[in-house]
Amino acid sequence: MYPENLRYDKEHEWVSLEGTVATIGISEFAQDQLGEVVYVDLPSVGDSVAAGESFGEIESVKSVSELFSPVTGTVSEVNASLDDTPELVNNACYGDGWMVKVTMDDSSEVDGLMTAAEYETFVSEEA
Amino acid sequence: MRFVPVSGLDREQMLATIGIKDVDELFSVVPQAVRYQDTLDIPGDLSEIELSAHLEDLAGRDAHCGSLVSFLGAGCYDHYIPAVVDAMISKPAFFTAYTPYQPEVSQGTLQAIYEFQSMMCELTGADVANASMYDGATAMVEGALMASRVTRRGTFVISAAVHPEWRATLQTYADAGGHDIVEVPCSSAGTTDLVALAEALGSDTAAVVMASPGFYGGIEDVSEVVRMSHDAGALLVLGVNPILLGVLEAPALLGVDIIVGEGQPLGSPMSFGGPGFGFFGCDKRFVRSMPGRIVGRTIDVDGKTGFVLTMATREQHIRREKATSNICSNQGLNALAAGVYLTAVGARGLSGIAEACVAKAHYLHDGLLATGRFSVVFDAPFAHEFTLRYDGDVPAMQRSMLDAGFLAGLDLGSLDAANVGLVLFAVTEKRTRAQLDRFIEEVSSL
Amino acid sequence: MSDTSLREPLTGTTIFELGSSDLGCVEAPAPDVPEVDLDVVLGGQRRTRTLGLPHVSEVDIARHYERLGSANFGLDTGFYPLGSCTMKYNPRIDERTCRLPGFAQTHPYQPESTVQGVLELMIGLQDALAEIAGLPAVSLQPAAGAHGELSSLMCIRAYHTAHGDARTRVIIPDSAHGTNPASVAMCGYKVTTIPSDANGGVDVDALRAALDTDVAALMLTNPNTLGLFDPNILAITQAVHEVGALAYCDGANMNAIMGKVRPGDLGFDAMHFNLHKTFSTPHGGGGPGSGPIAVSDALAAFLPGPVAVRTKDGAVTLHKPEHSIGRVRSFYGNVGVMVRAYTYVRALGGAGLQDASEQAVLSANYLKERLKDVYDLPFDQTCMHEFVLSGHRQRKEYGVHTLDIVKRLLDFGIHPPTIYFPLIVDEAIMIEPTETESKATLDRFVDVMVRIADEARTQPELLHDAPHDTPVRRLDEAKAVREPDFAYKPQA
Repeated sequence: MYPENLRYDKEHEWVSLEGTVATIGISEFAQDQLGEVVYVDLPSVGDSVAAGESFGEIESVKSVSELFSPVTGTVSEVNASLDDTPELVNNACYGDGWMVKVTMDDSSEVDGLMTAAEYETFVSEEA
Repeated sequence: MRFVPVSGLDREQMLATIGIKDVDELFSVVPQAVRYQDTLDIPGDLSEIELSAHLEDLAGRDAHCGSLVSFLGAGCYDHYIPAVVDAMISKPAFFTAYTPYQPEVSQGTLQAIYEFQSMMCELTGADVANASMYDGATAMVEGALMASRVTRRGTFVISAAVHPEWRATLQTYADAGGHDIVEVPCSSAGTTDLVALAEALGSDTAAVVMASPGFYGGIEDVSEVVRMSHDAGALLVLGVNPILLGVLEAPALLGVDIIVGEGQPLGSPMSFGGPGFGFFGCDKRFVRSMPGRIVGRTIDVDGKTGFVLTMATREQHIRREKATSNICSNQGLNALAAGVYLTAVGARGLSGIAEACVAKAHYLHDGLLATGRFSVVFDAPFAHEFTLRYDGDVPAMQRSMLDAGFLAGLDLGSLDAANVGLVLFAVTEKRTRAQLDRFIEEVSSL
Repeated sequence: MSDTSLREPLTGTTIFELGSSDLGCVEAPAPDVPEVDLDVVLGGQRRTRTLGLPHVSEVDIARHYERLGSANFGLDTGFYPLGSCTMKYNPRIDERTCRLPGFAQTHPYQPESTVQGVLELMIGLQDALAEIAGLPAVSLQPAAGAHGELSSLMCIRAYHTAHGDARTRVIIPDSAHGTNPASVAMCGYKVTTIPSDANGGVDVDALRAALDTDVAALMLTNPNTLGLFDPNILAITQAVHEVGALAYCDGANMNAIMGKVRPGDLGFDAMHFNLHKTFSTPHGGGGPGSGPIAVSDALAAFLPGPVAVRTKDGAVTLHKPEHSIGRVRSFYGNVGVMVRAYTYVRALGGAGLQDASEQAVLSANYLKERLKDVYDLPFDQTCMHEFVLSGHRQRKEYGVHTLDIVKRLLDFGIHPPTIYFPLIVDEAIMIEPTETESKATLDRFVDVMVRIADEARTQPELLHDAPHDTPVRRLDEAKAVREPDFAYKPQA
C-alpha cells in the first residue's frame, strides 16, 4: 500500500535517498487526513534541519500542521511548484508533491526510519 | 418583559421528559455552599411602556448634536447619515444574523462585507482590506503588531501628533506584549518633528506610527515619512480619516504599507464614542500576516459565484496562541452601514462632502481669526480640523457658547496642561453658513 | 418546472456592477461658503487616484440590499442552536432605545454635565454586571469578548508586577476556546495546556502538577465548553490561589447561571461578559459586540478606563482607576451596544434574568434527553445551557461526517449548531437552544435530527451533497485561498 522504495517516520513523512541527498514529502495517509492543501511553508535553501524538529508548516482550509524533518542536514532544494500548485501534495504526494531535498550529515540515519510494511502497521494502529 | 415563549404547561412537559420535578434539580451539581439563594438585586421587570419611559427619561437628560451645533471632532464626527443607511441595517436579515460561518445561508452578510472590503481598498488604494476591527485605535495597534511580525523587530516609533487615546492604547498593548515605544515630539507646526524622527529610527524599528491629518488637524508630509521609514527597514502604519480620502491622496499610492483609521464617520452615529469600526488595509504581500476576518470570492458546486470567510488559518480558532491576533469578531453591522453609506454617496458625493468639510472648516478658521480673539498656533496645512489659540479662558468661553447652543470645540488644555488656551475645532458638511456665522458672531461678542 | 432562467439571482452581482456614473443617491450639500483651492490647501496631497465607488440610485440600493438580505439566515428567520454563542432573540425595544438621540447623537467629549443620562445608564449596567458576577468592579471599555479576555489578563499581569512578582505562564484546559490561548500570547505569557478528565471537567491532579509560583493565572470557562458545570470548581480555584495565581472566568456561558451561582463566589478573581450573547444584543453578522469585565477588589485599581463612578453629589463622572492598565481602545466602549444590553436587563430585572437561565438550562436538558439515543452523547450527565453530541457513530457506520449532518439541517430551515468544537470531542456537535425558543421549535428540531440520522443510514449521499435548497450550495473554500479575490477592483 505504501511505496516499498521509501522510508517513513512517525509524523507521516516519507524519505527517498539518492547518495547523501534525501527527498522528503508527506504520505498518502497524511494528505488524506489534511484535506485539500492550500499552502505549504517551506524552509530556504541553505537552512539546517534536524531529525524530529519542525521545518515548516502545511495548511488546509481549516487546519495547520507542522512538518517535521525525518533527517538531519542542510536543505539543498525546495519544490517551488508548491507555491502556485499546493494541491500537488494531494494529487502526487510521492512524486511532484515532494517538498524539500536535504543533503544529509549522515545518510545512515535513514536506517532508523520505518519500512513501508512497518509504516502500514503504524498507520493502522493510529487510526 | 421576558421574551421566553415557553408556557407553564410546556415547562411541565419538559420536566416530565427529563424525569425531574423542579428545574433546580438541574443545578444540583453546583456546590451547596455557593448556590445563590437570593434574587439578584437588579431593578427592572418592567412592561414595555414603563421600560420605554425609563430609557426616554435617561436619554432626555442628555443634550445632543441633534439640537446643539457641534464643532467637536478628535476622532468622532457629526456627519450626515442618509436615511437609507439605517433602513438597510435595520433589516433583521442583517442585524440578527450570526457570523457567516455557514456561507450557504450567509451570502447576504458575506457579499456585503466583500463589497465593504472593496470600498475600503478604493478609498485607501490598498490591495486588501479586512472585514473591520474594533476601532481606529486598536486597528492602529494591530498594524504595529503586524509590522513587528513581518520585520521581526520589536520597537514602535510613534508621533506625538497621533491622537492621545490611540497612543495610550498602543502603550497598553506594548506593555503587555513586551514591545518598546519611542515617542517623537511635534514640531512647531503641530505635525511630526521629522528631525527628531530621523534620530528615533533604529535597527529595531518595526513600525513608524503616524496619522494624517494628525490630532491637531495638521496634514503630514506622508511621502517623506514613507521614505524615511523604508530607509530604516521599517513599515509605516498611517491613521487616516475615511471621509477626507474623498479629497486626499490614497495613502497606498504614497507608499504607505499599512493604512488604518476610524470608520465611524461612514454612516455610524457618534453614540458617545462607540460602536464604530477600525479599518485596516495593506499590500497583498502581507496577507498571511494580517489580523481580522477576510471575506473572499469563490464559486459553489454548481459554479455560482459565492463568498466565504477565508484565510482562516491566520485566526485564533485554528492557530490559537500563534494566531495573528486574538480577534474573534468584526464590527459587522457598522461595516455594513459604511458600505451602504459609501454606495449612497458614491464617488461624487464623497468628494463633494469632503470638499464641503474642508471649505467650511477654512471659512470658520478665517472667520475666527478675523474676530481678533483667536490666533494661529500651528501653520501646517489642515483639512476639516484645526487648532487655534483663544485669548481668554477656554472653559468659560465654552460654557457661554454651550448656553448659546454650541459645542465650541475641544479644550486641549483639559487633556494636557501644556496646551492650555488651545482649542481644536472640527467642521463637517452639516454645518451651514448661518451656523458658522452665528458662532463667529456670538464668540466674538464674549 | 417553470423556466426561471431570466430571474435575477439574489446574490453574486456586486453593487459595483450596478448603476452608472450619472446616477446617484445622496449629494453633497450645495456650497454656501467660498470654495477653497484644494491643490493649495491640502499641502500638495490632493487626491489623484480615482475613487471607484459606484453611483447607484436609491431604488437600486434598496433592491440590492433586500436581495442580499433574503439570502441571509437571521434569528428572525429561524432556530440557531449554536453552542457557546447564545443566539437569543434580539428585542425590538433595544433597537429603539439605542437610537434615541440622547444616546446616539452624543459626542464622547461633551461636557459631563450634558451627558448625565448615558453616564447613568453606564453606571447602571456596571452595577448590574457586578451583581451578576459577584465581583465588585466593572469596566465597560472592552469592545468584544476576546478584548475582555485580553484586558483581564493585562489586569492580572499588572497585579503581579505591582507585587514584584514576574510570572510567565497561564494555564488553560484543552477544551478552551481559541481566543483564550491567543489572548495569552498577546499578553506576553506562555500557554500551559492541561487535559480534561473522563467526566469532561478539569483534571485536578494535572492542574495541581502544573501549578507553581511561575503561573500567573488559570483561564477557565465554567460551565465549560462541553456545557458542564465543573463539580470541582471550588477546589480548583483554591489550588490556584494557593500558589498566588489568579483565576479568570471566560463568561461566554453566563446564560446558564445568572442568579443561580456567581463567578465571584466560585473563587474567580476576574471575568468577562459577552453582551451580544447573554444580554440579547444583536450579532450584526459578526459584530459589534461588547466585552465588559468584572474583577475583585484586589484587581479593581488596574481596570482599563475610564469607568463610570458616582461622585459625592450624586452625579456620574468618568474616572481612570488609580493604577489602570490604561486604555484598551478609544473612548469608553461600545455604548450603542450597552444601551441595548441595559434595556434588556431592565426589561427582565433580577428575577427575570434568573428565570432566563433556568429556562435555558431546562431547554438544553430537554433536547439532550430526546437526542441522546439518536447520536452519541460523550458525557451523559446533567448539562447546563448547552450540550455536546458526537457524530462519531454516523461516521463509523455510514461514512457521514458531522459537517454533512449539520449542512442537511439547512434544508429544513434550521441553522447548524457549532461543530468540531470543543476539540476534545470527535465529530463534535454543540447545541445551545437558549430560553427564547418555544417547545414546538425544540420538538421540531428533534424531529429533523431524527430524520437526518435516518437519512445517514438510508441515503448518505443526500447528506454529503447537502444543502440542496439554499441560495448557494457548498462553496469551494480551497479555491478561495489558492486564488485570492478579496476585493472587487473597478476598471479605472
